[in-house]
Amino acid sequence: MSSIAAIQDEIVSEFEILGDDRESTIFYIMELGGNLADFPKEEQKDENLIKGCQSKVWLIAKEENGKVRYLADSNTDITKGLISLLIRVLDNRTPEEILSADLNFIDRIGMGNLIGSQRSNGLAAMIKQMKFYALAFQTKLNA
Amino acid sequence: MRFDIDEIRGLFPVLHQEVHGRPLVYFDNAATTQKPKAVIEALSKYYQHDNSNIHRGAHTLADRATRYYEETREAIRDFINAKESAEVIFTKGTTESINLVAKTFGNRFIGKDDEILISTMEHHSNIVPWQMLCEEKGAHLKVIPITEEGEIIWDEFEKLLSPKTKLVSIVHASNALGTINPVKKIIEAAHNVGAKVLLDGAQSTSHLEIDVQDLDCDFLAFSAHKLYGPTGLGILYGKRELLEAIPPFLGGGEMIKEVTFEKTTYNEIPFKFEAGTPNIADVIAFKEALEFINSWGKTQIKKHEDELLAYANELTKDIKGFIPVGTAAEKVAVLSFNINGMHPFDVGQMLDARGIAVRTGHHCTQPLMHRFGIEGTVRASFAVYNTKSEIENLAEGIARIARIKNK
Repeated sequence: MSSIAAIQDEIVSEFEILGDDRESTIFYIMELGGNLADFPKEEQKDENLIKGCQSKVWLIAKEENGKVRYLADSNTDITKGLISLLIRVLDNRTPEEILSADLNFIDRIGMGNLIGSQRSNGLAAMIKQMKFYALAFQTKLNA
Repeated sequence: MRFDIDEIRGLFPVLHQEVHGRPLVYFDNAATTQKPKAVIEALSKYYQHDNSNIHRGAHTLADRATRYYEETREAIRDFINAKESAEVIFTKGTTESINLVAKTFGNRFIGKDDEILISTMEHHSNIVPWQMLCEEKGAHLKVIPITEEGEIIWDEFEKLLSPKTKLVSIVHASNALGTINPVKKIIEAAHNVGAKVLLDGAQSTSHLEIDVQDLDCDFLAFSAHKLYGPTGLGILYGKRELLEAIPPFLGGGEMIKEVTFEKTTYNEIPFKFEAGTPNIADVIAFKEALEFINSWGKTQIKKHEDELLAYANELTKDIKGFIPVGTAAEKVAVLSFNINGMHPFDVGQMLDARGIAVRTGHHCTQPLMHRFGIEGTVRASFAVYNTKSEIENLAEGIARIARIKNK
């Protein structure tokens, strides 16, 4: 499996192909949402909601062979696309890798300008929650 | 003046810019309208030449600022055809105007088991103050239901009216749907049972001719910033006999006649309701906004906006997946809609990518959204400076977005 840095480079070059066409870029982010694995309906509950997102985002995580596996869902397609990018970068990695990950692809794509401040705050909240899960599993694995 | 869209657009500096490399299309006018150059320049002129606190000043600047300030009051009187300018009170906005009535009229005239009537399509600003009042007084809030098209159900309204009804507080034009309510009829029916009527004119005053004497409303609340004027300024019109009968809202300077530690007597209206230093600069600049509207005339403005709305309806009606929300026969220029299978926030963001500014969400009308069983809508709201080619741009954007989920 490629490193976090390599996957981020991949994502950045995919976005570069889209160039400055903002509409196409947003359509592309929405399409990416289609890559998300099915999220169990019964997990769409308040305790799995990420606080700080304007749209609804549910995130759950489990530990599998020392790696963190994420599942997420949202009620809006753009947000789904954003989560799918985070999952592509962070899923199936050790807690240490996740905690030390520098998610520079967000700035390199110019995501803040692309999605606006409300969604950027939501994106930051998603990352925080993903790292929080990693920290919890790290603590558990080291216990 | 003959209606000239290019000339009108030339008066609004903010419109002449690109957003994401596309010409800005500003369709968020129900949230706030843009400001003509004359308003912006009046603000600057006031601070550069006239800045002074008003009333009771012995010097020239104070006298000048007071005169300009009171000229705006007179211009508003004329704009809504109030009997006298003393019936025009300056507030922070529509919300404060409604709260003022709730705290003062409510305090004096609403008692236990009295009823206040509102409609399903009210903005939260015309719901929450009455809920607070009802809780305090043991009064009851009753809600007039609406049809699928977004119109008041008249028979239900009549059934709710009774001698217990002390106030009907109703929106003139709905911010989320655009529906124009038959307020003259409503006011007459309410008066027949002895109830007073407050009109929420936040969305109607920029589009419709308003004549408070002809309507016979008891109160009218509206905001300057939705009328091409500055933010942070609202108006409350009230009939003199009511304004005199109700207690003051806030206590402080300006609103008093005489203060001793034993007792304070209150100033005459409108000053009784204007405690503290008011928003002088914005009041003065607002006169320019009213002059802008008067110079083109509401008849022409309304005709232009109606044409835009009709054109938008025409271009969107056959788009697969397009769901209009609010299809009343009488509407101001608001196109509220959803796209099948898509979240309004996503639609708004995709339109923004084309440089089109719309509002998305519940529009501070959550009970109304519940009535339609939706979370929110996308709302494009039109103003005097919008054009048909902008509508075409919007319709193309909607069609492109709708295709994603509605092949």
